Amino acid sequence: MNTSVVESLRCFHCGEPCDDILYFEDRPFCCEGCKTVYEILDTHNLCDYYQLDGHSGLTLKNAVAGSYAHLDAPDVRRKLLTFDSPELSKVNFQVPSIHCVSCIWLLENLRKLNAGVFKAEVSFGRKTVTIDFDPSRVKLSELAHLMASVGYAPVIRLDETEVAKKPTHRGLLYKLVIAGFAFGNIMLFSFPEYLGLEANDDVLKSLFSWLNLALSVPVFFYSASEYFTSAWKSFRQRQINIDVPIAAGLLALFLRSTFDILTATGPGYLDSFSGLVFFLLIGRWFQGKTYESLAFDRDFKSYFPLAVNRLAGKDWTSAIIYELKKGDVIKIRSMEIVPSDAVLNDSDAFFDYSFVTGEAKPVKVKRGDLVYAGGRLIGKPVVLTVEKSTSQSHLTSLWNNEAFRKTEESQYKKIIDRSARKFTWVVMALAVVTAGVWQWYAPQHMWLVLTSVLMVACPCALALAAPFTYGSMLRVFGQHGFFLKNADVIERLACIDAVVFDKTGTVTHGREPGVEFVGDLDATELGAVKLLTGASTHPLSTIVSKSIHRPLHENITQFKELPGKGVQGMIGDRFVQAGSANFVGFRENLDPRASYVFIAIDNNIKGYFIITVKIRPNLKHMLSRLGTTCAALLSGDNDADRGSMRAVFPASASLLFNQDPHHKLAFIQSLQQQGKNVLMVGDGLNDSGALKQSNVGIAVSDDSGIFTPACDGILDGKQLPQLDKFMALAKYSSIILKIAFGISFFYNTIALGVAVTGHLTPLVAAILMPVSSISVVGFSTFAVNAVARRKLGAVN
Amino acid sequence: MGIIVALIAVSLTLAVGFLVSFLWSLKHGQFDDTYSPSVRMLFEDKPQPNPANDVKK
Repeated sequence: MNTSVVESLRCFHCGEPCDDILYFEDRPFCCEGCKTVYEILDTHNLCDYYQLDGHSGLTLKNAVAGSYAHLDAPDVRRKLLTFDSPELSKVNFQVPSIHCVSCIWLLENLRKLNAGVFKAEVSFGRKTVTIDFDPSRVKLSELAHLMASVGYAPVIRLDETEVAKKPTHRGLLYKLVIAGFAFGNIMLFSFPEYLGLEANDDVLKSLFSWLNLALSVPVFFYSASEYFTSAWKSFRQRQINIDVPIAAGLLALFLRSTFDILTATGPGYLDSFSGLVFFLLIGRWFQGKTYESLAFDRDFKSYFPLAVNRLAGKDWTSAIIYELKKGDVIKIRSMEIVPSDAVLNDSDAFFDYSFVTGEAKPVKVKRGDLVYAGGRLIGKPVVLTVEKSTSQSHLTSLWNNEAFRKTEESQYKKIIDRSARKFTWVVMALAVVTAGVWQWYAPQHMWLVLTSVLMVACPCALALAAPFTYGSMLRVFGQHGFFLKNADVIERLACIDAVVFDKTGTVTHGREPGVEFVGDLDATELGAVKLLTGASTHPLSTIVSKSIHRPLHENITQFKELPGKGVQGMIGDRFVQAGSANFVGFRENLDPRASYVFIAIDNNIKGYFIITVKIRPNLKHMLSRLGTTCAALLSGDNDADRGSMRAVFPASASLLFNQDPHHKLAFIQSLQQQGKNVLMVGDGLNDSGALKQSNVGIAVSDDSGIFTPACDGILDGKQLPQLDKFMALAKYSSIILKIAFGISFFYNTIALGVAVTGHLTPLVAAILMPVSSISVVGFSTFAVNAVARRKLGAVN
Repeated sequence: MGIIVALIAVSLTLAVGFLVSFLWSLKHGQFDDTYSPSVRMLFEDKPQPNPANDVKK
């Protein structure tokens, strides 16, 4: 018989199935944490929280009661507070668990939970909450503790407190708004000219022209300034980018129009000029969309706690981890991370090194053994003696690798700049030839024709094609749970010809092992096993206990934990044992690569639990679609899972085990030396070197609130089976971009034909330029969405 | 003729006024978060259960 997970009662607070049901006012709760949140909300009359959104509550089952005492230290306080005075302080907390209307509501009602809070304001997009409070009535640490107690623990990290986040897109918006304003009004004032004015309307004509000139001055000097500075910079570095022909075109348009208006020889091309700047800035703005609540540049510091409990004399006080020195005695609680290499003072403890090595099974450490920084404690609190400071620890030495110092943008030449280079030379040559020919035949028109050529050659449509193609693709990816750092990543993703996967947490579910029971147990017996294993802190016991959803309300007597063997106890009148094969006297041979927990009741062997790593569903199809592109699996684990991995991965992929973070990085480097463009898919701190070194590094995350290492993109774990489709779409975007280039060149050729022969009137320019821009933008946006819908299906 | 000039002056003044007010609101962060204000305005405070005022008419 296999155990089936029984659908039990769901927790009133978090909606998760209850293992042990706790009742409060007739409402079921899954754990003490959830019940406490309800009690807090109930006493403060805030139970509307549960009505605003169906699934608002956050489970507190895995929550760690962190200490926030260190926040009151003057240095930390100064870093965190945005404003401080004796009566009023302001603080801005990052709260990744904000996800719905109820969250906003509860956080903004914080003042009802603590009278020291004046006001709290949530920014949903950034997942931050700004709190105004009275520092004499509530301490910063109490505030953080209050938020944590209702399930919204603020995330406070040293590296983030050092640099304040600032919105970067506002400057662009100002420029965009001014250009748009000028464009609209100049269009209005230009209309009479196009429709034809009477000869006696000369006064009006010159009035309109002068107004146009006045409106376009801020566009030229403010909105378009970036293009001129960028062109000048690239000119000085002798690298021609797309901004050079754009700047030349804009300059020609503006100077020619100014000349025309000053000498009263024509109305100028200011409508085309301002329209062009407006469209170009829209392109920039469209491409510049970023996911503000996600961080793509975290390093190891983000994983570490800000402070630990350190023994000072006879008291435990909170110490910032950067102050830890060799010889300090620190206390670590369950699920906390060891901040620096340290020696264990207590007897046996289990540490989960999956962050550092990728090894999924917790490691047993004996008294006097060295524990490396980055290990997560599982089980009872332990006391450690610091051996090395955090910055010198084994783990942090990885960050001294040169991969973390390089700036990636410098190596890569974008498609758009490669095209722009050729384009610029062609235009320059054409302009010179045209000028020469006109100089020969009709020298009085030479300057007019030359400026016309430069004006229409301005590759506005070309410059718009890339932002709109990649920007649209970025949005499509975002809707499907694939968040990229910026639009340039798509271009690099299109060139990928080798994909490397990490195992733990990427190919397999990191924290959710597969548990299966072979044998025969009834409901009461299952409950008894749950009760018994729940009393032990051994990792296997915890896994077994969590997998059973049948609570039993009994007491354990004569409970005994035999190290290395198992646990036993009397439940009711039955003697229950759980442990190794020897412990219960199991004799058959089983596959030695999996982990087993054997169960005996009243000395009869009832069966065993098999604990295996759970491979994400549908991966096999994705990997076989990738075919030879799928280069390798790099795992920090031992090769126990080689068989199950071989079954999933195509034959051409190499499977490498026992890889430490440095090996992974070196493997990526060796692939790159063979001329491959490598995509690394990983999840943990142990992959961070490889993620950084690879051409595109993607971090897989099952929970958007959780920390991901520095990467180019974050992929929702559920979407991993779609990875090949995302890659295909990236390739399609390059094709779409090339077609859009074609369209843009087509218009440029027509316009150049008109310009070279000297027929470019303001009206022709005013029609041709917007038409070419809009058709390119329309085509790329439409094509991207059409392709994406075919590949990925509609978003539900 | 004169009326057109006057109208242009009026319309431009108005338009510049709107431009300035838009830039002002942008600068003061009114467009930084476009989601929470939309739900915040719908939150309401429950009437406090106060026995003194709880007299049925």
